[in-house]
Amino acid sequence: MRISCPICGERDRREFHYRGAALTRPAPDAGEAAWDAYLHLRDNPAGATRELWYHETGCGAWVVVTRNTLTHEMPGCELAAEAAR
Amino acid sequence: MRIAGNGLLGEARQVAFSFDGRRFTGLEGDTLASALLAGGVRLMGRSFKYHRPRGVLGAGSEEPNALVTIGRGAAREPNMRATVQEIFDGLEASSQNRWPSLGFDLLSLNDLAAPFFGAGFYYKTFMWPKSFWEKVYEPMIRRAAGLGALSGLPNPDRYERAFAFCDLLVIGAGPAGLMAALVAARSGADVILADEDSRMGGRLLAETREIGGQAGHAWAAEVLAELGAMANVRLMTRTTVVGAYDQGTYGALERVGHHRPRHSRALPLECFWRIVARRAVLAAGALERPVAFRDNDRPGIMTAGAVRAYLNRWGVSPGRAVTVFANNDDGHRTARDLVAAGVHVAGVIDSRHDAPLSDAFEVHRGARVCGASGRRGLESITIRSVAGESRVQTDCLGVSGGWNPSLHLSCHMNARPLWRRDIAAFVPAPGAVPGLEPAGACNGAFSTAACLREGAAAARAALADLGRRPAGFDLPQAEDAAYAITPLWAVPGRGRAWLDFQNDVTVKDVRQAAAENFRSVEHMKRYTTQGMATDQGKNSNVSALAVLADATGRGIAETGTTTFRPPYVPVAIAALGAGGQGKGFAPERLTTSHSASVERGAPMIEAGLWYRPGYFPAPGESGWRQSCDREVNMVRGAVGVCDVSTLGKIDIQGPDAGALLDFVYTNRFSTLKAGRVRYGLMLREDGFVMDDGTTARLGETHFLMTTTTAAAGEVMRHLQFVHQCLRPDWDVSIVSVTEQWAQFAIAGPKSRELVNGLLDTPLREGDWPFMACGPVSVLGVGARLFRISFSGEHAYELAVPARFGDSLFRMLLERAAALGGGPYGMEALNVLRIEKGHITHAEIHGRTTACDIGMAGMVSDGKDCIGKTMAGRPGLVDPGRERLVGLKPSGAARQLIAGAHLFAPGGDAVRRNAQGYITSAAFSPTLGHMIALAFLRHGPERIGETVRMVDHLRAIEAECEVVNPVFFDPEGGRVRG
Repeated sequence: MRISCPICGERDRREFHYRGAALTRPAPDAGEAAWDAYLHLRDNPAGATRELWYHETGCGAWVVVTRNTLTHEMPGCELAAEAAR
Repeated sequence: MRIAGNGLLGEARQVAFSFDGRRFTGLEGDTLASALLAGGVRLMGRSFKYHRPRGVLGAGSEEPNALVTIGRGAAREPNMRATVQEIFDGLEASSQNRWPSLGFDLLSLNDLAAPFFGAGFYYKTFMWPKSFWEKVYEPMIRRAAGLGALSGLPNPDRYERAFAFCDLLVIGAGPAGLMAALVAARSGADVILADEDSRMGGRLLAETREIGGQAGHAWAAEVLAELGAMANVRLMTRTTVVGAYDQGTYGALERVGHHRPRHSRALPLECFWRIVARRAVLAAGALERPVAFRDNDRPGIMTAGAVRAYLNRWGVSPGRAVTVFANNDDGHRTARDLVAAGVHVAGVIDSRHDAPLSDAFEVHRGARVCGASGRRGLESITIRSVAGESRVQTDCLGVSGGWNPSLHLSCHMNARPLWRRDIAAFVPAPGAVPGLEPAGACNGAFSTAACLREGAAAARAALADLGRRPAGFDLPQAEDAAYAITPLWAVPGRGRAWLDFQNDVTVKDVRQAAAENFRSVEHMKRYTTQGMATDQGKNSNVSALAVLADATGRGIAETGTTTFRPPYVPVAIAALGAGGQGKGFAPERLTTSHSASVERGAPMIEAGLWYRPGYFPAPGESGWRQSCDREVNMVRGAVGVCDVSTLGKIDIQGPDAGALLDFVYTNRFSTLKAGRVRYGLMLREDGFVMDDGTTARLGETHFLMTTTTAAAGEVMRHLQFVHQCLRPDWDVSIVSVTEQWAQFAIAGPKSRELVNGLLDTPLREGDWPFMACGPVSVLGVGARLFRISFSGEHAYELAVPARFGDSLFRMLLERAAALGGGPYGMEALNVLRIEKGHITHAEIHGRTTACDIGMAGMVSDGKDCIGKTMAGRPGLVDPGRERLVGLKPSGAARQLIAGAHLFAPGGDAVRRNAQGYITSAAFSPTLGHMIALAFLRHGPERIGETVRMVDHLRAIEAECEVVNPVFFDPEGGRVRG
């Protein structure tokens, strides 16, 4: 599997550390349900996913990868710092 | 039998080798199979289950029968295919799965009992008694049925892994692959052409067809010469592409050393490649399938295409009176080539009534071979036609049941192949693997002209995708005959007709599976074992499913194929895992003090990938405890030096550095003054403790964080996550400097004296209070000094650029010795910290909260931080949780053990009564008894109570008093003094 790091270009996935779904951190007072969902509840979609990878043995960038679990296509990869803005 | 003047080996050098101890001579360029056939050897192996005598079936990597062991001793390689193994001087090959010899195999008795050994035999027979399976049945079956055996010794061979990148990967160097590579290369693309053979050319080497007016092999040589001279082309022979993976990644196995004598280990035996290709052309060709008939496994019966390959490439006729059995026109070419080479053709048996006739040999139209005799080598075949049965004397029968495209790679990403009735074969589904275009025979295009055409077209399509203009090109002229076939899978009749040679599966077995309702092709496979083993049924899968389709009354397309999975050919685990053996599996990280520590005899212990000294044995000391106790006393009484460079060091700079630290630590750092250090606690977002450590403020916008050795990587990742994903607007930079600085703890009442001896400007009384930090100069070298303590003594940590680490450590030890001090290792470090109740990852093991370790007060009220919200959950702040306490023995038993569980005195020591557990225990030389840190329900509220410690594993019990976890100097006078 290859991931197109916006800084380094296309690299082998062994250079990356996988975190999981790219989610928005709830506000401190968002309530138990929101925090429970953020920490514990994950979808398992057959189709498009957005997930966080860390280019650990590369540039150190966190990236948001768009990946299709059915077709193995990876149509997008952007810096998490930019996705979060 | 070698035919003079035939084949492509020419005046090759003679090569001497042996098979089962017998000496043979072959020619350079021979495979073991071609050389043995030239030497008149037809019997090359014994079958898996019935130990039937078997000869070579094919001429390529799909070979099911001719498996041999190469070499001897530790380096021996079992299950090597004689059709792939090239001969070299001194090659030693031996046959497998026979005893005492290949010619006379006692286990061939299995063959006589065959009526009882049909499909499902094992499942039905070895049922009871239950205890017999492991002890009796399985070892017995394993001994009787099997392939070659490993030596059982460590593998002395070297394996490598490598990576390659290209615009276009061409898989297979037959006419289609060569054409694709040529078009792409001339258009300027970076091309890798990989072929599993030792010589490129594919079927062009095995056929007598012409291209552009010259012999096919000569055209191939010309193309290869042109490609070989181009800088943008890499030719990879002996390289089998074994798998297709995501994003244009292909796995490939290169046989680097199998064709050379092993005495030189300069080259690896195999290299596993990961090839990343923007586009790929699959030009893997096709494999000929046999037709099943009674006793069609006699040595001397092989595929018709293999007979042609042995004749036209290696100049070997596998027999003196050859017959051919075919259901298509292709088989007739074998007879024509043999006649042209002067070999007697005893007849062509064609199942079609409209088969073409020939002047050169007799053609039996509408006839079928229904039997073969000659147990250790074919002697005759029986032909059945409307006229009745007749016998033909023959020592070699070439069989052609048609060709199966080698579409395996196109199915590696879950696509299913499509059935084409006109050629009676499966072809790749369009778009099966993104970026992979099939061309030529693997796509069902069997004429040479069609292969050239499809190869060029596939290359042009790839070039268009790559945004390159294809170079102008005229296709050379070549044969373009239509492929005429009438399917014939199995000749009906009595006796055993073999489908899967390697696993001994017959037509009857497949029919029996259907009769017992194993009608799905996947169930049939598992019930009969058809298509398993090293050849993965390359010769037999399509025929077997055709027989199944017939038995179940369904069509072939409806029956479908089993799943094609990588690898295409067997790959040694050693090749896949190349680079991961020994230190490749766990590289070593060494501190700058490593050699000095080893020189002093310190046993080095692993801490993650790091190695740290356990203790430094002094003369006369006989065990670690003795050394450890001395080192603890030395630190408490004088001064000790310990390398702490393995702790993670993270440099954090920028206007928002303080804000970031406030957010990742539970306590505040933005209020810390420059030149000061503070202890910090870090939570995971779920509220549990992640790590702890000190962070120093080196300047207004400059902090240096220390992590534990174990969590350095995790914390670095976490900080980057928090910054980039949660707070991208903050202006802060984070970089690991763990390896840039060598850092030594200098602890003990004489630590200041030792430090002052080295500093260019000695410390003045009162200038460096506890938790101060700043730049200093050590013998002219810029350094950093931190007044921090893990031991509870007056202590410093002195950091210098890593290149000065070794000399500083040696200097510190020399000067410490003069003060009655010296180095201390991990054992003493551990005792010192337990005496002070300092936690490590033994305590913050992922299930403890700030409240559990008595640090609830460190979670600042005035700000948000990672983990704060979830740390407030009632379950995480319940005082009834297991919380940190100290324990000391209060009864007759004095031993405390980490991992032991705690119970109320008098209660049963069973799980439901468990009250907690010990995480760290040590003998304290300072206090003269054992001490332990433990987690105990309501812990801090139970100081003074007695609990019962039980180590169920070692059957040790002790009565303990619950005490404050800070055993020594609880007021902290020594650390501040």
